[in-house]
Amino acid sequence: MKKRVIQFIGFLILRGCLYFVMAVLFLFLYDIIHKGGGAISLEFLTQAPRRGMTQGGIFPAIIGTFLVTMVTAICAIPLGMFAAIYLNEYARQSRITRVIRLSIRNLSGVPSIVYGLFGVILFVNILKFGTSILSAGLTLGLLTLPWTITASEEALKTVPNSYREGSLALGATKWQAIRTNVLPYAIPGMLTGAILGLARAAGETAPIMFTGAAFYLPFLPKSLTDQFMALPYHLYILATQHHEISLVRPLAYGTALVLIVFVLGMNMIATIIRYRLRKKKRG
Amino acid sequence: MIWLREGRGAESSNLAFRMTEAIRSKEGEEARPVGKSGFKAIRDKKKARPLRRRLKESAIHSFFFINGILAVIVLIGIFGFLLASAIPTFKEVPLKQFFISTKWDPTSPVKPEYGILSMIASTIIVTIGALVIAIPIGLGVAAYLSDVAHWRVREIVKPIVEILAGIPSVVVGFLGIVLFGPAIAKIFHLSNGLNAINGSVLLAIMALPTIISISEDSLNAVPQAHSEASLALGASRWQTLVRVKIPAALSGIIASFMLGMGRAIGETMTVLMATGNARSFPHGLLSSIRTMTANIAIELGEVPYYTTHYYALFAIGLVLFLMTFAVNMAADLILHRYQEREQ
Repeated sequence: MKKRVIQFIGFLILRGCLYFVMAVLFLFLYDIIHKGGGAISLEFLTQAPRRGMTQGGIFPAIIGTFLVTMVTAICAIPLGMFAAIYLNEYARQSRITRVIRLSIRNLSGVPSIVYGLFGVILFVNILKFGTSILSAGLTLGLLTLPWTITASEEALKTVPNSYREGSLALGATKWQAIRTNVLPYAIPGMLTGAILGLARAAGETAPIMFTGAAFYLPFLPKSLTDQFMALPYHLYILATQHHEISLVRPLAYGTALVLIVFVLGMNMIATIIRYRLRKKKRG
Repeated sequence: MIWLREGRGAESSNLAFRMTEAIRSKEGEEARPVGKSGFKAIRDKKKARPLRRRLKESAIHSFFFINGILAVIVLIGIFGFLLASAIPTFKEVPLKQFFISTKWDPTSPVKPEYGILSMIASTIIVTIGALVIAIPIGLGVAAYLSDVAHWRVREIVKPIVEILAGIPSVVVGFLGIVLFGPAIAKIFHLSNGLNAINGSVLLAIMALPTIISISEDSLNAVPQAHSEASLALGASRWQTLVRVKIPAALSGIIASFMLGMGRAIGETMTVLMATGNARSFPHGLLSSIRTMTANIAIELGEVPYYTTHYYALFAIGLVLFLMTFAVNMAADLILHRYQEREQ
């Protein structure tokens, strides 16, 4: 009897842990949607900030985040794919691949601000891209590299070996086999994984603070070497750096909501695509 | 293996050989030593191809190899560049003073001070606070999901935990200011709630997804036979969980704690926004603190390039990198050994 009471209480506590985590998440989402929803309007989404950012919208920040995410995608997706092709198709289990995998796992644990410092040294100073969309995008590209590599490798692993063997048996070279019989089946999975990585990059602040994000710009960036406004950095500014905190709080909530929709929207798209792919494969 | 060399038959069996070789390497087994004749057969076969095609193939191979080792290059590059930018600090600041002095006042016109001990202490305090909160809750959720929950509940909860992991850190920090700050100020009767405990709560929430998913994976990896044996001996499910499954999955669980810890140490925006950023040595969980990450974020934007102050910030970055690297390596070693034992 005592045993069953203990078990009941124990499982109750475990369930409490779960409810607690769910409650925190819903509290977060509720607060932002409830208070941010009021700030969202057409003006908020399509206008630049006005009057020292106490009025107007966040249009330049939306565009800036979009552009920098594009640069990140162009940098990180191909590199991640190529690395994954090497690891999964060409490399054999050896000391080199073990070191590569160890590096990938460690890269994913490097703090984002350290990537920011690295970006300042390499892209801003050595390569002289200055503080720009390009520097920030490349920095974020490196940050997402471990994710894109891992995701691409997962996608390659789902392609059955018989596809490769069939192609090789017909006399194709290794590359021909990969190009015609492996990549077409792996690319959708690679892209969904990459989108998940990009969603994370789009929400990052620390790496872009010193590599290109600007406090306030009245105009949109015209080239890759311009500075830009970004949603996460804009939220940081509104929440902590502004003189009239209470006046801009609704705008901060609105920015947080747009940022969350942007990031979780990308997450959701990737999840839905992945779900569909799995379903297709099954039946 | 002699028949490999004979006429047309050699062509096909040769391919068969290469295919089995390919399969074997796919399955991750050690490549078996190949007999001389086998090697020669492959070489002959390759020679039969036009030179251009062979060159192209090896060029493609090298191209992918270069991309493959990119991760290694980036990791070494980060370390190398940080080190190169950190070293000039120590021309002016003795290494010992850098680590044991608690005074950080690089902009003082009289005597600039470069001591990072307060920041290291702040980082450690806020990280420990986060782990104290996140470990029991994370392990609890993981145990619930792996042992108690219906599979349908699990299917629903797992994506929700992923959503939690997907919330950008700057948004978490913002919620620390607007939600937790006022609440903490009220509970502890403080003028504001921007202090270490606020940062700990937020970091705990950010570390939870990592802890939950890796702990759950390792609990699920415990062989069914273990728990069945325990249940057959009359233990309750709770006893089985606490005395059999958790001990059996302990290395994976500990690794998940360490990965969560690595995340907490390196997190910037949440602590920057929620912990108040006072420069003094931390006196406890209710004092305002400034972690290493927050200090870099605050000062790097204002510092003139190529001054001692600038280099000192990179030195902090290097310390941060080494700390997280050590934690992640340790977690990796534990996980790896665990996986090897499983096989």
